Amino acid sequence: MMDARTQLLSPTHWRWYESLLWIGVFALPALLPSHSLIINEIAIVALFAVSLDLVLGYTGIVTLGHAAFLGFGAYCAALFAKFIHPDPLLGLIVGILAATLLGALCSVTILRGSDLTRLMVTLGVALLLLELANKLDWLTGGSDGLQGVVMGPLLGRFEFDLYGQTAAWYSLSVLLLLFGLARRWVHSPWGATLIAVRDNPLRAAAIGISVPSRLAMVYTLAASVAGAAGALLAQTTGFASLDVFALERSADAVLMLVIGGVGWLYGGVLGAVVFKLMHDIISSITPQYWTFWMGLFLVMLMLIGRERLSPSHWLKKTKGDQA
Amino acid sequence: MLTLLFDGIAYGMLLFILAVGLSVTMGLMNFINLAHGAFAMVGGYITVVLMQRWDIPFLWCLPLAFGGAALLGAVLERSLYRPMYRKPHLDQVLFSIGLAFMAVATVDYFMGSQQQIMQLPEWLRGRTEIGDGENIVLGMGHYRLFIIAVCTVLTVALQYVLTRTRFGSRLRASVDDSRVAAGLGIPVNQVFALTFAVGSGLAGLGGALGAEVLGLDPTFPLKFMVYFLIVVAVGGTSSITGPLLAALLLGVADVAGKYYVPKLGAFIVYALMIAILIWRPQGLFVRKGAK
Repeated sequence: MMDARTQLLSPTHWRWYESLLWIGVFALPALLPSHSLIINEIAIVALFAVSLDLVLGYTGIVTLGHAAFLGFGAYCAALFAKFIHPDPLLGLIVGILAATLLGALCSVTILRGSDLTRLMVTLGVALLLLELANKLDWLTGGSDGLQGVVMGPLLGRFEFDLYGQTAAWYSLSVLLLLFGLARRWVHSPWGATLIAVRDNPLRAAAIGISVPSRLAMVYTLAASVAGAAGALLAQTTGFASLDVFALERSADAVLMLVIGGVGWLYGGVLGAVVFKLMHDIISSITPQYWTFWMGLFLVMLMLIGRERLSPSHWLKKTKGDQA
Repeated sequence: MLTLLFDGIAYGMLLFILAVGLSVTMGLMNFINLAHGAFAMVGGYITVVLMQRWDIPFLWCLPLAFGGAALLGAVLERSLYRPMYRKPHLDQVLFSIGLAFMAVATVDYFMGSQQQIMQLPEWLRGRTEIGDGENIVLGMGHYRLFIIAVCTVLTVALQYVLTRTRFGSRLRASVDDSRVAAGLGIPVNQVFALTFAVGSGLAGLGGALGAEVLGLDPTFPLKFMVYFLIVVAVGGTSSITGPLLAALLLGVADVAGKYYVPKLGAFIVYALMIAILIWRPQGLFVRKGAK
């Protein structure tokens, strides 16, 4: 017999197959060294999608400007490496701190208003930063991007090689670390209050949850995770360009989440894998018009109903049948 | 100085015509439509193609652009948009951004990605200047004058339809509370379909008028989506005077900002929008009690 406590906690335990999964993932760069670059890229966008999931999936804040934090982290990390110190871990911390600060500032903007207002404000912040990065060309290189970022070896030992094996392992480690943290957050009582806020802010406030403080906290936390993703992106590519702030970045991340399942941390990771592979395949067939197929996919998906796609939907359904 | 104000007003009027349909549909069905710019682009391309390939005079192209975009809007509303009304906002955002992506790629495929150039008729080129020689007080491009005239007529007509006709009162009732309106026997769905078509048509007309001022290339829907949304978010969705004032404000701020501090570019507009939305999250001009 399970008592109520263990029963409630049971979905939060780390399962044996999760360990297997992560071991498998970490073996990938060794098994497929020629694909290390894309593994690195997937790990980074997966981290970004996980961060968006905290905001969008768990708390229900509709945002189209999450790339603001990705981009800010990327530029800060790249600038730090270029002008101050080339150590990647220090740069990562700088990127995270910078994005956290920005997230805390921006969290003021999402506390009030409807979905449309939030959409506009988040989008506005991303565009604002894009404009800034474009115009401050003495610092950021403007539309040419920030070039000449040379990273030092990781932990003082592992050089970033051309095939990206080191980069892939580095990104995967950060992904695993932050994924684990995010998992702790959403399964904590504090995470449960987030879901309450998402489902009904009015009732959440009525049982004593401070809605504005929850929104601000989760937005700041998600910003720091996105900043980490941005820092990884800048460090492993040695480059930061304006497109890190672009609307497409944010929209792609939302799409990944929707593919993988919203409000489910593995959804972000799964969505990132599917999205990146799909992107690669389609753009190798029609490099110029792949946005058409992306758009068609989105439209069809929304018309059919996105909840049919996510594994969590099917899991819930089978569980419901058993009960 | 006055010239800047004049250009800003012309720009703002244009934005208003482009965005007014979006504001009404958003207020009516609470539907976030990010693909609105696609209708404007369709209107713009209709005009360019008609003028270049078939030498149809500019003035005839405008109603055709309106009709084409309105027809497309009506068809899409019936077929694709209707099932989306009851879905959550996230779905609507993704759905309409998907439509916008498709529109961009389709136009790119058929028309090429280069900027389209519009040949204005002779009588719309040129410029009238008030003041002498060195210190021109006010310089008015004829085409901008034309834009202001057309948009003013349209605005007055819209305001008249909305406040004085039976259709207008039905529309306002549906915006205020569509359930009660339906209960009173107003055919909300038909009202909405018609409004959507007219709104898309106005966007098409705005696209046709604006092709010369704003530039027309396949990325138009994404490039100006933000501007339309700013107009709607700042102006509120409960009247057409709100979006009008918001559009004028945006137009003047954008033109003046780009003239006085070109280094900052569009920065000013975005900063202004964020500030306004933090200060008044529901928009600047909202009636009390409206939902």
